Amino acid sequence: MGKQIVIDPITRLEGHGRITIFLDDKGDVKRAYFQIPELRGFENFLIGRRAEDTPQITSRICGVCPTAHHMAATKAIDDLYKVEPTETAKKLREMLYSIFMLEDHSLHLFFLGGPDFVVGPNASKADRNILGVIQKVGLDIGKRVIQTRKELRGLIQELGGRVIHPVFGLPGGVAKPLTEDARKRFEAVAKNGLEFALFCESLFENVVLKNKAYVDMIVSDAYTHKTYYAGLMDSNNKVNFYDGHIRVVDPAGKEFARFHVRDYLNHIAEHSEPWTYVKFPFLMKVGWNGFVDGPGSGIYSVAPLARLNASDGMATPRANELYRKFYETLGGKPVHHTLANHWARVVEIVYAAERFFELASDTSIASNDIRNMPTEKPNEGIGVVEAPRGTLIHHYRSDEKGIVTSANLIVATAHNSARMAMSVDKAARSAIKGGVVNDGILNQIEMAFRAYDPCHACATHSMPGSMPLKVQILDADGELFKELTR
Amino acid sequence: MAQAVSPPIQTTEAEAERPAFEPKIVAFFCNWCTYAASDLAGISRMKYAPNVKIVRVMCSGRIDPSFVIEAFRSGADGVMIGGCNPGDCHYKEGNYKTMRRYMLLSRMLQDFGIEKERFRLEWICASCARELQETVDKMTTELKRLGPLDWKGV
Amino acid sequence: MSLAKPKVAFYWCASCGGCEEAVVDLAEKILDVVAAVDIVFWPVALDFKRSDVEAMPDKSIAVSFINGAIRTSEQDEMAKLLRRKSQMVIAFGACAHQGGIPGLANLWNRQAIFDWYYRKGPSVATKDGPIPLTKIKVPEGELELPEIWDTVKCLDQVVDVEYYLPGCPPTPKILANAVQAILAGKLPAKGTVLAGTKALCGECKLNSTKPEKLLIKDIKRMTEIVLDPEKCYLAQGVICMGPVTRGGCEALCIEGRMPCSGCFGSLDKTPDYGAKALSYVASIVDVMDQEEARKIMEKVADPTGIFYRYSMPASKLGRKRQKGAS
Repeated sequence: MGKQIVIDPITRLEGHGRITIFLDDKGDVKRAYFQIPELRGFENFLIGRRAEDTPQITSRICGVCPTAHHMAATKAIDDLYKVEPTETAKKLREMLYSIFMLEDHSLHLFFLGGPDFVVGPNASKADRNILGVIQKVGLDIGKRVIQTRKELRGLIQELGGRVIHPVFGLPGGVAKPLTEDARKRFEAVAKNGLEFALFCESLFENVVLKNKAYVDMIVSDAYTHKTYYAGLMDSNNKVNFYDGHIRVVDPAGKEFARFHVRDYLNHIAEHSEPWTYVKFPFLMKVGWNGFVDGPGSGIYSVAPLARLNASDGMATPRANELYRKFYETLGGKPVHHTLANHWARVVEIVYAAERFFELASDTSIASNDIRNMPTEKPNEGIGVVEAPRGTLIHHYRSDEKGIVTSANLIVATAHNSARMAMSVDKAARSAIKGGVVNDGILNQIEMAFRAYDPCHACATHSMPGSMPLKVQILDADGELFKELTR
Repeated sequence: MAQAVSPPIQTTEAEAERPAFEPKIVAFFCNWCTYAASDLAGISRMKYAPNVKIVRVMCSGRIDPSFVIEAFRSGADGVMIGGCNPGDCHYKEGNYKTMRRYMLLSRMLQDFGIEKERFRLEWICASCARELQETVDKMTTELKRLGPLDWKGV
Repeated sequence: MSLAKPKVAFYWCASCGGCEEAVVDLAEKILDVVAAVDIVFWPVALDFKRSDVEAMPDKSIAVSFINGAIRTSEQDEMAKLLRRKSQMVIAFGACAHQGGIPGLANLWNRQAIFDWYYRKGPSVATKDGPIPLTKIKVPEGELELPEIWDTVKCLDQVVDVEYYLPGCPPTPKILANAVQAILAGKLPAKGTVLAGTKALCGECKLNSTKPEKLLIKDIKRMTEIVLDPEKCYLAQGVICMGPVTRGGCEALCIEGRMPCSGCFGSLDKTPDYGAKALSYVASIVDVMDQEEARKIMEKVADPTGIFYRYSMPASKLGRKRQKGAS
């Protein structure tokens, strides 16, 4: 019986997880399992809550991307009440959201996934982190990163009340307007933000793209899977974080589906496995065929690489240039290299900064017309945004008083779960040979999931539970009535 | 007499199950009205179910929701609040506060799985000894039908 | 002779990661922190693993900041592990303090809700697909998953806690003050909640507009009103938790034109947050007619979720009634 290696916990991501690797007698990998050991039960305890509380309650699914849940829930309750937000409210929401995408993507670049490339995947454990990054790139750059994020997050707090768990969204609008004075300040920060984004781009180029070893790693087969890709696109099929239609392309890059989120149940279904609490969404029209890639498998990916693959370009100029460069360098569309997510993320950093600047320079955003009051009786609503980590769907039903009666959430990282599990397995097989294992090798396996910038608090919002070898009969309240064991 | 806050009890003796079970009811009675009624019942040698443990408060408005919760948590199968009729409160408004608190608390306790029959608010005047007797007896019967609360906390 | 820097650990249980972000939001101050202490465990940012913690001598960690509620066997083990290895444990954030939003799952239990997630949910592929198990046989061997508990607990219900940092999450200011106090060795009595001692109203900019005797004739939901930003929100009829919530957050939500939802938890003398919150809301509604009162109290559309949003596990009842084992 071969050896078992456990990486516990996985680190430099949001959430919990462990990787259990089974070795055969030769010391090669039989299989690596990516297990998510957590869950909390949001879809259940949202029942009974006021619909207008869902943006604040669901933001607690994740404190790294609270704004994503907040925004998805806000859009879902727009739909629940069938109330259209004002034009100003939509602009304010998208601007806040662009700031959030910019600062969250930079968090990942410098704090979470980035250290593997800046300090090196085999660097000492004690150095593979933001502190090691600062040591490597210098204190000035380190301070610039910290300062810029602080500035950006300060704006989210100013407009959204708080930066971690904002209080911004209401059905039909937002709680707080932007004054013209404030808008000018936002515009000035947006200029800084743009410079910072371009700085991230050049840093990435110098540290990663000019390093042959890293590029070899990125394009290596060990970190490559050919799946479908999905993301939210505007009417020109350009990436949009705030709104649009969901577009899916196949492994050859051809459009496979394009639908409004209201239709999601006709496209996405969830598979489960007994060895992890997270579920695995897949494309219904292709079907679940196990943990394999290719056009015959319904497994798909979301987040930066997927968004770029599923789109026809970026909606802002500099980001679009980078998009073109990305595909030229990597040999055309679509790109199947998981680690290329890091680069795609940098392209999105530039897009977020440009979009922020566009919206902040629009003087019409400083208007007090920020609320349309709901008039219809609430019933059912579905909202979607692109979280940093992928497509995020919130689906609520309520009674006439606007009390939630059911909730279904398909969360960004969940869409990636299947591909992530495959990435970890494949990376493990490639990294461990003949039983040779050390910290650096194990880290290379972790790099396979880090590229997705996973958020496991998000992916496992819900609470299944274990199935014992007994039958429990529940009464109408869900309380235990009788128990039979065998 | 004011319309009762809690709905009337319909359970009959025959419907009460679990004859061996003696429910524990914690009753918060306001000094000026309901407690006086219980005194009157006592002096008049009126019998009523001994399941009630009376706590006298100066006003039903003194009752903090946490007293009710503590009673349930500590083993009470039912909690009753007895106060003056609306308009008769010795301190003018205390019973109105109780009424409003009761409305919210009863709903919230139901979310916690504590049935609405277990928590009652009654307006019982100082001379209403018979109403007190009937209410206590009926609540005891109702709780016998429902069974013990058996609260298992965290 | 050089003095070793004190060792510090951060860990997350049933958490959203917001408390981790709060640490990162110390921004440039974090450089001072890492100069003064040795962070030996912090999964979001550093690569130290559980085995590294297990290898440490008992009580070798000066302070462990543990956030998140406890709802799995693994989280319970980690909390107890860090307790053994630490001289001081700080309950960091609302979830560790009083249970937090994950505590709302105490209205359910594991059996009742696995039904939705793996069976009845509209996007579940097959109604009889596999369900996670705590011990699973796979072709290559055996895997384990932690057991999910029926009941969510706050940190001091599983380990001894020296101090509490409230908030969802605690503000960088609260956190920075606490870190400074720890480094200077100037901490108050054990068990202190390291934030304000008065209710939020005390630091709210609208406090001066709150009438001496606050009475409202109607309750409004945020879907029905556009708040006047210059007047106490309670006085406008919106339920604000300010009067029963611990201060220290500088009333950020109020500044965001939304009422307080109570994330800093209860004040010292009223440990059951929800009971007090319910009591005060009922008190300020100035309606005597029974039927009218009933209509208005119905407008408190979700008492449980409003009053116990962050504090259910720590409350006197703790969870919804369960017949059978917990």
